[in-house]
Amino acid sequence: MMPLLTTKGLSRNFGGLRAVDNVDFALMPGEIRAVIGPNGAGKTTFVSLVSGRIQPSSGMVVFDGADITNLPAYARVRLGVAYTFQITSVFANLSVYDNVALPVQRTLTDGRSKGAVQAGVMAALERTGLADRTHMLAGQLSYGHQRLLEVAMGLALKPRLLILDEPTQGLADSEIDNFIELVREIAKSATVLLIEHNMPVVMQLADRITVFNAGRILAEGTPEQIRANTEVQDAYLGATHG
Amino acid sequence: MKDASPAKPYALHLGVIALLFALSFVLPDYHHGLLARIMVLAVFAMGYNMLFGYVGLLSLGHAMFFAAGLYGAGLAVIHLGWSVPTAFASGVVCGAVLSLVIGVLALRTSGVAFMIVTMMFAQVFYLVILYFASWTGGDQGMVVPQPARVLTFGATSLDLTNPIVRYMSALTLFSVVLLITLAVVRSRYGRVLVAIRENEERTKMLGYDTFSNKLAAVIMSGTICAASGAAYALLFGYVGSSFASVQYSILPLLWVLLGGGATTLGPLIGTLFMYYVVDITSGYTSAYLLIVGIALILLVLFFPKGILGTIRHRWLAWLP
Repeated sequence: MMPLLTTKGLSRNFGGLRAVDNVDFALMPGEIRAVIGPNGAGKTTFVSLVSGRIQPSSGMVVFDGADITNLPAYARVRLGVAYTFQITSVFANLSVYDNVALPVQRTLTDGRSKGAVQAGVMAALERTGLADRTHMLAGQLSYGHQRLLEVAMGLALKPRLLILDEPTQGLADSEIDNFIELVREIAKSATVLLIEHNMPVVMQLADRITVFNAGRILAEGTPEQIRANTEVQDAYLGATHG
Repeated sequence: MKDASPAKPYALHLGVIALLFALSFVLPDYHHGLLARIMVLAVFAMGYNMLFGYVGLLSLGHAMFFAAGLYGAGLAVIHLGWSVPTAFASGVVCGAVLSLVIGVLALRTSGVAFMIVTMMFAQVFYLVILYFASWTGGDQGMVVPQPARVLTFGATSLDLTNPIVRYMSALTLFSVVLLITLAVVRSRYGRVLVAIRENEERTKMLGYDTFSNKLAAVIMSGTICAASGAAYALLFGYVGSSFASVQYSILPLLWVLLGGGATTLGPLIGTLFMYYVVDITSGYTSAYLLIVGIALILLVLFFPKGILGTIRHRWLAWLP
């Protein structure tokens, strides 16, 4: 099977800092992949390069067989690469409905989905459990619900690859359980690339885990393999060798 | 914008148009003429509001779009002897072309830089008008001769200098632009414009080419302002460089802020309010600008979102 996403020699410098350093990465369709690593390891920079929010210093990004390295972010979104922000950035002054209508009408314009805006919005809101808050302003939602709205907007884009940047940050434990269910549900129709610090969430969700350290891939494997990897323990998990 | 029934907003807007129509038959001459002028300038404000209110781009150079319409129509009549409809079209096309060029250049910037760049372009436009004084009349301006301001349909002809014809022409332009604005802001495209205003970065990550969307908004805004300018030249018969000066870039901003940015009827209310405050106070004192200033301060204090913006915020959330 051909990978949905590959990067070859992907690098990005910020001045003298090599935030992402020569990364070769492959993601298979249908996978839930977690990206973990200590703060400053280059995780967010890496997914920003994939989504097109920043341009690489060198290397290339291939999505579904096509080189997308030089495509602007909005064009990648239209191909099916959706990115949900680490810092919640819903449109606070617009209604929940309008927040989701924006991605829905985009997919209609692109011909990636059919039907009315209204139906698409309600479908995305129902999947995320926000259907009873349609006409509230997004800024008046609780923090947890804003995170869900962020995911609903990602979902409404009908992504083939959904990048979730620390989606459970700031959520209560009860909300996290629902969230895990939601991601599993999403993974039935899309490939998921997840940056996450919460290890129980990663261990429950991920098919495979990629560990970043200092801009490079330190290790990659199943949750069990990563748990057993002593290098990873040193760099990140902080466990003492026993 | 909301998923509400379209009946209420359309009824309101048609009601406003009907009211303006009825006023034509009851207003005394002086106010009749003033209101015709206000309607034409409210179109200028509506064009400005399209960009400033809905997309959040603050331009300080919109006088150049108004003047492009004014001179595009006026010069065509005076020097080329064009008829009223072709001259009007000429003004509108001048505005569309100018806003395309300015948009492509100025949209490379944002925020304060956008304000400065648009202002500089408008100053260039103003100085060009003064430079070619033999064609434009320089700072004296030019009068569009009365015989040229006649609209002919086969055997019938309408004299645009006739107060009733002038009022109805102004009302027609105003109504068309008002209904276009209403349709645009309630459309999917209008939703994208507001999204760009609220968070451009996020809008890009939802798959929108924000540059193209903003450029389309600049062109729409500039073209509407040019239509206002062209109508002004043909209806009021004066083409002058003062309309290209920086004052006329700031006035539409004031009118929109007063009436309420991102409201469809705010530009009319703001223009009306400003004109009548000046009109009434200047009847009592030569220091009328002082009173205008105080009125503006009070408005900012008690109606920070403009008159209609505050009404929408507090009471009528469905207002478009």
